[in-house]
Amino acid sequence: MLLGPALGLSAILFTIGVAGVLLRRNAIVLFMCVELMLNAVNLAFVALAQVYGVGAYLIAFFVMTVAAAEAAVGLAIILAVFRHHQSIDLQNINLLHG
Amino acid sequence: MTLSLLAVQVAEQAPGAELGPATQLAWLTIALPLLGFVLNGLISMVRPQARRLVSLVGPGVLLAAFAVAAAIFLEARAHSPETPIILTLWPWLHAGDLRIDLALQIDQLSILMLLVVTGVGSLIHIYSVGYMGEDPGYARYFAYLNLFVAFMLVLVLGANFPVLFIGWEGVGLCSYLLIGFWFTDKANADAGKKAFLANRVGDFGFLIAMFLLWQTVGALDFGTVFHRAPEALTTTAATWITIFLLLGCAGKSAQIPLYVWLPDAMAGPTPVSALIHAATMVTAGVYLVARTGVLFALAPATGLLTAGIGALTALFAATIGLRQYDIKKVLAYSTISQLGYMFLAVGVGAYATGLFHLVTHAFFKALLFLGSGSVIYALHHAYHTTHSHEDAQDMRNMGGLKQWLPVTCGLMWIATLAIAGVPPFSGFFSKDEILAATFARGAEQPVYYLFYAMGALAAFLTAVYMARLMAMTFHGENRTGAAEQEHLHEAPAVMTAPLIVLALLSLFGGAINLPHFVGGNAALERWLEPVTHPATAMHPLSMPTGLTEEVLIGGAVLIAALGLWVGFRTALGQPILPAREAPPETGFARVLYRKYYVDEIYDALFVKPLVWLSDKVLWRVVDQALVDGLLVNGGVVGSRWLGALGSRIQSGQLGLYVLLFLVGAIWVLDTILR
Amino acid sequence: MTEAVFYVFAAVAVISAACCVLQRSPVGALIFLVQAMLALGAIFVILQGQFIGVIQILVYAGAIMVLFLFIIMLLNLGRTSSDIRGPAGIAATIVLAGLIAVELGGLWAYSPARIGREVRGSAGMIQAQAAFAGGEAAQRATAAHGVVGAIAPPLFNEYLVPFEITSILLLAAIVGAVVLAKRKV
Repeated sequence: MLLGPALGLSAILFTIGVAGVLLRRNAIVLFMCVELMLNAVNLAFVALAQVYGVGAYLIAFFVMTVAAAEAAVGLAIILAVFRHHQSIDLQNINLLHG
Repeated sequence: MTLSLLAVQVAEQAPGAELGPATQLAWLTIALPLLGFVLNGLISMVRPQARRLVSLVGPGVLLAAFAVAAAIFLEARAHSPETPIILTLWPWLHAGDLRIDLALQIDQLSILMLLVVTGVGSLIHIYSVGYMGEDPGYARYFAYLNLFVAFMLVLVLGANFPVLFIGWEGVGLCSYLLIGFWFTDKANADAGKKAFLANRVGDFGFLIAMFLLWQTVGALDFGTVFHRAPEALTTTAATWITIFLLLGCAGKSAQIPLYVWLPDAMAGPTPVSALIHAATMVTAGVYLVARTGVLFALAPATGLLTAGIGALTALFAATIGLRQYDIKKVLAYSTISQLGYMFLAVGVGAYATGLFHLVTHAFFKALLFLGSGSVIYALHHAYHTTHSHEDAQDMRNMGGLKQWLPVTCGLMWIATLAIAGVPPFSGFFSKDEILAATFARGAEQPVYYLFYAMGALAAFLTAVYMARLMAMTFHGENRTGAAEQEHLHEAPAVMTAPLIVLALLSLFGGAINLPHFVGGNAALERWLEPVTHPATAMHPLSMPTGLTEEVLIGGAVLIAALGLWVGFRTALGQPILPAREAPPETGFARVLYRKYYVDEIYDALFVKPLVWLSDKVLWRVVDQALVDGLLVNGGVVGSRWLGALGSRIQSGQLGLYVLLFLVGAIWVLDTILR
Repeated sequence: MTEAVFYVFAAVAVISAACCVLQRSPVGALIFLVQAMLALGAIFVILQGQFIGVIQILVYAGAIMVLFLFIIMLLNLGRTSSDIRGPAGIAATIVLAGLIAVELGGLWAYSPARIGREVRGSAGMIQAQAAFAGGEAAQRATAAHGVVGAIAPPLFNEYLVPFEITSILLLAAIVGAVVLAKRKV
């Protein structure tokens, strides 16, 4: 039930998240948009549980867990970068350049 | 290796005929001069001053080769094989259907050429000992000369077209090396280059002919080709093949249009001119036509063309010779003219006659060149002693030399009478037979009467310019100068002795093919019959007999005598000035003196456009701009640009990385969703 | 009725997400994101994933977003100028987001019947029997053992290994975060 609309909503949220990742220069806000994308994916999995069973819930569960771990580490990195540059504007951070 | 060579495989021989020991060692005739080349080459590099050793090795190997040749001849006379003896030395090119071996063919024609090359070659080698004795490049000279003889023998002894071609190219190479022997003078090096390039054009023709033969007949060894040719070749195919062969011959044997290298080749030492450009290399073309007579008989159109070119060349070169002042140039144009006669003969189908003239011409032309060499030697010596810078080869600086060089004068008169065609000298018999054969062909096609007329006129002019040469050189007043006259003397014995031998051959050489009306039995013609028969059978020639024959002979004698008289009289009729005082030529004489401006025409037509093409187009445009600029440098610039472009992706900016990541993700998504 | 509720919460989620993306201040963006997550949690419950819905609110909105807030406060950014990219960025966004929207737009048309047809027709890893049987089994398990009771057996039986690995992952994340955030290493 409601499979189509749920998947559609998932697609819309994912697209919004992509737009946010491309638009924002602030590192934290960019990260938040990534979390939004992850949420959209979670929604898709939960919606498909009616087709594929309990495993879908569990996948969503694991996604959340990994998202938590990733958030912790990512934010720690942002903290470290801020201490170095005094700014988290991604325009100015180009230490990776080749 | 030597042992395996000694145990030579014999592919074919006439049933029942024993292979004589000398014939089995026929490869020695090539190996000995080759050995001489190696030894003399080593000496020239290591100890160039070891002149006595070189004088022994150089002529020595040639005399040894001649001995082997004579032995082979005697064996052949005893057994007279009907089919050629093929000596296979070793397998060479085996690829698919193509089976070419390094094989030698011993038959009457190759034995004849073998004798001429080694015999006349030996005499010239001995002469060179005296002529080149003081030259710093003495050892190098003999090395090249020996190499030349080796290659020439490969040419005449080859049993298939590729082996012949090895010799063909090799003699071209040696000709280049020897013409430009004194290469420190750029003019000599240029002459060598000219010879090589003109020959190359001919070689192209030869190669095309070989390719066509392979394509049509499917074989390249003489036996198979001539056996299959009558059925396998259409007239058109045969015509094309022979035309290309003729192109090759025109290059090698200095016929129109590729004769231009031979007069320039006189820049080389005189014995070289005698050996290569009179007796042997230039006759390679005649030999080739005789050898491939079957093909020419299958293409009557080419036969006509050959005869026409021969007749035209004979006349054309004779006219130029009338107004040349360098003694060697006169002889060079004379050689071209006489080669024209030989081509006229083989074009008409009288192969034995052409070869007869080849042999007699080798005798008297070598004699003429060597004699002129003695004259030049004497003048050079005189000028050197008085520190004069006059041209030792210009006839206007000679005159009355019979007082100081009587022997040379007498011997050269023998050669002059031979070349003019005065009986009973050898040249008379050979030249007369050629004209008679041409006249006989006229009965089938009237154009041959025209060729006969051209040949007769050329004979007249030959007598004229030869008499002129003798008159200006040995008779009349001396123009060399009073100071030099004291130092003029006869050449040393080592140079005069070969001249005597050649003079005897010029005098009595006609005996090898005396015609019937004099009581002879045409020995050479009968000797060569097994080789020429397949060709002459297809296109028989009936020689004139009875009254026609007598009239022709009488006419020939009359022409010769008249020409000699006219030439002698007109040459001594007016006073001649030495070279430095002589006025420039005017009118038609100037055209003749400038060789009808053929060299200038070739230069404008071919050389200059090619040089322009190479310089302006191929070098500037193709090489510099296109290959260097666009492809090489452009490649560098292009890859640098691409690299710079690519490195801009690595900006270190997270936003860009995310963007590219998303682009890739969309792409994958798209692929999956399809 | 359920559908109406679903669409209400869906609208809330979309609008909150859009505001989150376009909000200038980080804290504002965070609040909107929390709101979107709460709406998503409600949608999870509507979709019979009650366990996941509660976990979403507890873990995601409650813990992870709070962590984000802590970091924002720690960095003490204040009111900064707009950090939305310039015209080039907006153009790229429109193009790429538009592409993704188009690609994913087709998902709206999916229904269980259509998925069933595609799964049965495809030769992929998914077996036709696994689909739908799983959905019905999930409903029976939920009816029999309750929401948590339905999820627990697979978690500790088939998915035990991922479970354990995830716990190690969390440990690694903790250690990593602590190390990265230290002032002096």
